[in-house]
Amino acid sequence: MSVVDIDRIDVFMAVRRAERPARRAAFSLALPLIAFLVLAFLAPILYLLVTAVANPETRAVLPRTLAALESWHGVSPPDEPVYAALAADLKAAKDGSTAALLGKRLNYEISGMRSRVLSAARMVDQFEVGPYKEKFVALHKDWASPDVWAVIKRNGASLTPYYLLTALDLRQAPDGTLERAAGDQAIFLNVLGRTLFVAGLVTLFTLLLGYPVAYVLTIAPKAIAGIMMLLVLLPLWTSLLVRTTAWVVLLQSNGVINDLLMALHLTSEKMQLIFTRIGTVTAMTHIQLPFTILPIYSVMRSIPTTQLRAARSLGAGPSSAFWRVYAPQTLPGVVAGCLMTFILSLGYYITPALVGGPRDQMVSNFISVYINRDLNWGLAAGLGGVLLVVTLAIYLLFLRLVGADKIKLG
Amino acid sequence: MNFSQKVSVVADVPADALVRFEGVKKSYDGINFVVKDLNLNVRRGEFLTMLGPSGSGKTTTLMMLGGFERPTLGHITLDGKPVERLPPEKRNIGFVFQNYALFPHMTVAENVAFPLRYRGIKGAAAQQKVQEALGRVSLDALGNRRPAQLSGGQQQRVALARALVFEPSLVLMDEPLGALDKQLRERMQIEIKQLQTSLGITMVYVTHDQSEALTMSDRIAVFHDGRIQQLADPETLYNEPANRFVASFIGENNTVPCTRLGAEGDVAVIRMGDGSTFRAAGTDAVGADGKVTMSVRPENIGLAAAGDRPHVNRFAGKVREVFFLGDHMRLTVEALGGQLVTARIPASRSRSFASGDDVVLECCVSSCRLLEA
Repeated sequence: MSVVDIDRIDVFMAVRRAERPARRAAFSLALPLIAFLVLAFLAPILYLLVTAVANPETRAVLPRTLAALESWHGVSPPDEPVYAALAADLKAAKDGSTAALLGKRLNYEISGMRSRVLSAARMVDQFEVGPYKEKFVALHKDWASPDVWAVIKRNGASLTPYYLLTALDLRQAPDGTLERAAGDQAIFLNVLGRTLFVAGLVTLFTLLLGYPVAYVLTIAPKAIAGIMMLLVLLPLWTSLLVRTTAWVVLLQSNGVINDLLMALHLTSEKMQLIFTRIGTVTAMTHIQLPFTILPIYSVMRSIPTTQLRAARSLGAGPSSAFWRVYAPQTLPGVVAGCLMTFILSLGYYITPALVGGPRDQMVSNFISVYINRDLNWGLAAGLGGVLLVVTLAIYLLFLRLVGADKIKLG
Repeated sequence: MNFSQKVSVVADVPADALVRFEGVKKSYDGINFVVKDLNLNVRRGEFLTMLGPSGSGKTTTLMMLGGFERPTLGHITLDGKPVERLPPEKRNIGFVFQNYALFPHMTVAENVAFPLRYRGIKGAAAQQKVQEALGRVSLDALGNRRPAQLSGGQQQRVALARALVFEPSLVLMDEPLGALDKQLRERMQIEIKQLQTSLGITMVYVTHDQSEALTMSDRIAVFHDGRIQQLADPETLYNEPANRFVASFIGENNTVPCTRLGAEGDVAVIRMGDGSTFRAAGTDAVGADGKVTMSVRPENIGLAAAGDRPHVNRFAGKVREVFFLGDHMRLTVEALGGQLVTARIPASRSRSFASGDDVVLECCVSSCRLLEA
């Protein structure tokens, strides 16, 4: 290494040393936010993703049984040692009252398993000595079913694809192959499709309504533009719940809109507006409008007025100048605004719950039901995980289609 | 009625006038007029510059000619036809905007081809015209680039090519060189002027840069306060400013208040603030009580030479400031009854000045111009 090189490295190190306090200061300013994001955003998402595949119940309650099942081949019912282990596990479970958890978990995959496990746990104290096999089978013939034992053995794994598969209307047959879920349980793809459809519809409406508003905002005189901007922003400053409730008041059978339509003799009967798809989409469009308008407006404002003038001077008529020169330049804002509204709409929960009908509930509503009512966190996490993946996929697709540099959020 | 009006308009237009402004006024609020009573003929094939400070009405005038603003009153005719109500796309006028207004989502070639599509020129014919236009501004090789990938000077050239490709009879430019650095600006001035001459197009150019106007123009219209203060070729404008505004706006000028005593042939006799008598060109300027202003450029004031000389105004003063500028020196001298007069004299190693020195200066009678007070 020559002297020059060493000098250069010294200079390089000196520059780094000199810059270090500034770098540290900048980083330390961002530190509270980074910490907050990790705790409030990244950690919950990670927890959710883990919950979607976590499978602790069977391993916790039936450790001996699972060990005994190791050598089971899976065709005929298992032998006596397995039943003895099951009896021992259930006795322990009864003491720790964890049998209900196991019953609930197995019930997801084989209906009826909850009561079978609970009654077995209740009766197991009377099974003083073996052989246990006949006693369990006498309790219920399912205990002799290889399918039941296959499911128990499969759930000995610490991770399960069950929740994610259910969220996609798939199930694992006892022999391990994938199959479509039964008709009455295959609802989630439908819900996901509905969620995407409603979000798409809301995005389309906000774009159709918002684009002209953004344009007027850019060309209006300052005073008028200021007032218009206030009107656009006002909904953002009102709580989502308040706005949704306002729509309930407006849309209900004896609400303002129906009264108005009746007074104008546009309809002779009250229209069903609330608890319908129309109500959901209307309320969501209203709430989402600012999110679509603002990015479009910010991009439009950066387009010099001379662009349209130049097009006109070169021979383009007003509409040709707009569509050939102006509109293409607003694309980054349109993409950003639509993406924002679409992604936010995918996660809507309160508005469809209050304004929508039973057939308008979105994925988020089901997630909430599974968390609050059914206490099936695994399935809630599975649905959440699927929604997260779909959202990311759509985002990446947009990036691919229009290019990352074409998205301007502000 | 319409017919007779048309005839009278045509009869008034000089044969070489391409554009004619007739009593044009423009107001946005109905109270203040940005353009007040504009009468101007643009001759076929000339390079006419509208020069003035910002807010003088020059850009508004250009926008009215381009079709982006409508005159509040008055008429604009293009090639003998009234155009006040004609939208810009129907005027067939090339327009180069400040900051170029190139379309960022199109390549250079697409930008230049843009006006051709509206004139029914397609395919190979269009391609050839685009190549020709780009060749004219020496950008043949950059047709596939996007405007953002070009330097400021190159973008300027593309804008020029785009405004020229459809062979308009008239090209308007709104401060097109404002964003370029000095060296590039000077080169572009020459290039634009050469293009205009070789293509024989009529150009109306707006700028607030007087040296740009002097370099390029056949005629300059000096705008101030919504009116044309003077319309003349660069030399006349510089040497014979019509009023105090033009005198101080174009180049540097000393304006000294004085009183008019009388005339000797075509030379006016005036009394300066210190009681001395000067002679000056321009006998027609008369103010109330004979109060007038004499203007003389710093480069026309020199150190008094030995001996008595006719046709020279001579005056003494005290040096207040001295700046050495390499080839010349700027002296600010207090003279003529407390006036500060700036003189620009060739630098010489044999004579140096300091603040407080007494000097005697002189200026030619023909370089002293009499203006209204």
